[in-house]
Amino acid sequence: MPVAHPSRRAGGALRFWLFGLYLACYAAFTILTAFDRPLMAWAPFGGANLAVLSGFGLIAAALAVALLYWWLCRDSRAVAAPGVPPAKAGR
Amino acid sequence: MIYAPSPIAVGVFVAFILLVIGLSAWLGRRATSASGYYAAHGEIHWFVNGIAFAGDYLSAASFLGICGMIAFYGYDGFLYSIGYLAGWIVALFVVAEPLKRMGRFTFADALDSRYHSRSIKLAAAISTLVVSLFYLIPQMVGAGALITPLLGLPHVVGVLLVGVVVTTIVVTAGMVSTTWVQFIKGSLLVLFCFLLTIMILHRGLVVNGGAAESPFAARPAAEILARPGIAVLPKGGTWAGKPYTRLQNPATGRVEVWREETRDGEAWLTETQRLTVKQGARLVDGVPQGKGEGQRDLRPVGYVSGLGKDGGPSTGPLGPAGFLDALGGASIQLWGNELIVEDDGAVTTVYYQKITRGDDLMVAGASPTFAGVRSARLFDKLDFLSLMLALFAGTASLPHILIRYYTVKDESAVRKSTVVGIAAIGFFYVLTLFLGFGAMTSGALDVTNTNMAAPLLAKSFSPLLFAIISAIAFTTVLGTVSGLIIAASGAVAHDLLTNVFRFRLDDHDMVRAGKIVAVAVGAVAMLLGVLFERMNVTFLVGWAFNIAASANLPALVMALYWKRATRQGIAAAILVGMISSLGWILLSAQAFRDVYGLPAASALVPFSQPAIVTLPLGFLVLVVVSLLTPRQEEREPMPRSIEAR
Repeated sequence: MPVAHPSRRAGGALRFWLFGLYLACYAAFTILTAFDRPLMAWAPFGGANLAVLSGFGLIAAALAVALLYWWLCRDSRAVAAPGVPPAKAGR
Repeated sequence: MIYAPSPIAVGVFVAFILLVIGLSAWLGRRATSASGYYAAHGEIHWFVNGIAFAGDYLSAASFLGICGMIAFYGYDGFLYSIGYLAGWIVALFVVAEPLKRMGRFTFADALDSRYHSRSIKLAAAISTLVVSLFYLIPQMVGAGALITPLLGLPHVVGVLLVGVVVTTIVVTAGMVSTTWVQFIKGSLLVLFCFLLTIMILHRGLVVNGGAAESPFAARPAAEILARPGIAVLPKGGTWAGKPYTRLQNPATGRVEVWREETRDGEAWLTETQRLTVKQGARLVDGVPQGKGEGQRDLRPVGYVSGLGKDGGPSTGPLGPAGFLDALGGASIQLWGNELIVEDDGAVTTVYYQKITRGDDLMVAGASPTFAGVRSARLFDKLDFLSLMLALFAGTASLPHILIRYYTVKDESAVRKSTVVGIAAIGFFYVLTLFLGFGAMTSGALDVTNTNMAAPLLAKSFSPLLFAIISAIAFTTVLGTVSGLIIAASGAVAHDLLTNVFRFRLDDHDMVRAGKIVAVAVGAVAMLLGVLFERMNVTFLVGWAFNIAASANLPALVMALYWKRATRQGIAAAILVGMISSLGWILLSAQAFRDVYGLPAASALVPFSQPAIVTLPLGFLVLVVVSLLTPRQEEREPMPRSIEAR
């Protein structure tokens, strides 16, 4: 019996969406840091500037998407790619 | 600065080391099979593995390097924190679960599981060795840097001590003891850094360390030059054209060097510190370096000069947001340095004050590493983007991180342990900003050594805390180095000897071969740690990330996700990614300046960080070679329960 490709297991499509979302945020942060210093120096709330806030934001976002993924994968059947059998626990 | 070892520091340090070795010996009783030695039988609990990820990953570069960079340059060090953590997203979403499903002991197993190709195993093993060695160098250098202030021993002793202890740990019990050493280290590091952060916030910001005036003078030039009994030396020789005024006391012959600057249109002179190396002797401000009579040592630095328009001598205790707000409005006395080769051959480093606005330290570009952010040159900006790409893509390509996915029982445990690792590592990286800024304003920094910022920050609170933080920093090195040696050992004993050169090793032989390789890698690491003593720790780790990302990530991602990838494509991508990134680094301006001692302008590549070129190159080579070679029948990966026998 053919086996599913390794990528198409639990959390298949979902993890790529979450990865893409985070990658977009990280890319935006990096590009703004490189090309728009005045914007990153701007303090939207009067205290810490955008560079500090977005840095903390990226760290918090990493934890947030990781926890979301954990929660959504608590039953891997719910997020498996269509037609792909879920991973067997304890393999 | 000269550090006097304290009995408390030595006692705490020795206790830590004995605890770690004792634990290893006790845990080592069970690691008799290859599965136990390389993968801890896959029986590590996911929470323990998650914290061990933190212990493995938070290396000397993370703790000592980032804190030091923030302490001396501000926000720039925090960019490493952001990039290092972001890399875990690649690990969690792209690599972790498929890797666990398809591998056994090393990441070469996962790469090769569809192909059963010796060329892939050979390429992956070489890449693992190269990345591990590049990553080992800064760890060993960091160990040497720590031992000197802690125990008053030379750099080489620190390197040898780490090498011997780590090799003992690895040879004793392999992955089981390594995991628990990393778990203990990760827990203690995060816990004590949190404690240190609370103490920083409680102290708040104090102008001039609580003194009425700055320990380092700054006066209008007219006032200084009007002092009786001094003569202004002519600006001749190598001092010509430099922004320094040299004053000599004719009675004693001693020379003071003041830096010239303009404040509100008026000429000012600011006090400097000088370290001169002349025929092997070290002089501070012209007299022998030391603590005794007639000697002088460099003074600690790191002071707040003023607290903004609301003023006051101290802020008192602050919350995290209040601390950053107050720092942004303050002015900070940072230090720059300039190297001057004098006419008699003596080499003098002049350390000079740089009063800097706090809000200027909260944006990128103040350090030499990230100066490109403030440059108008496109190549300088590409250098920054390339480093951030390497940090993002490199984490999931580090062999010593990848092997930890084989120490838990299944994919669910892999996922959970990665999330725990992200939580612990992310929390630590948030703390780095406060630790770095706390060190910057602690009045305890060694102007010559950025790597000592975090331990010296602890010393500004108490000698006991200094001893504990230094011992934790040392175990930080132990944890990371042990993971690297295990990875290198697996690459040689499992990938090269067994799978490439077809040595017929039974389970017992493979463990013995792994231990012999661990001793050899430990010896090489010690040698490199001594040879690269002067290299910047964070900078070297950046290189390792570039090579790991370029050599391993394209092969790993495409082997796991692209059905058309062929074994020739995978092997070619690893070799091209590794050789091109390594070659680029060796031809870069930073290598020319810091390794060969040649002018940076002679460099043969336009910027120093290669990943933005060599990572896409790896993907391109893999795709082209795969399309040019025959499609291979996909072979089902062998179930590990069978394969492991």
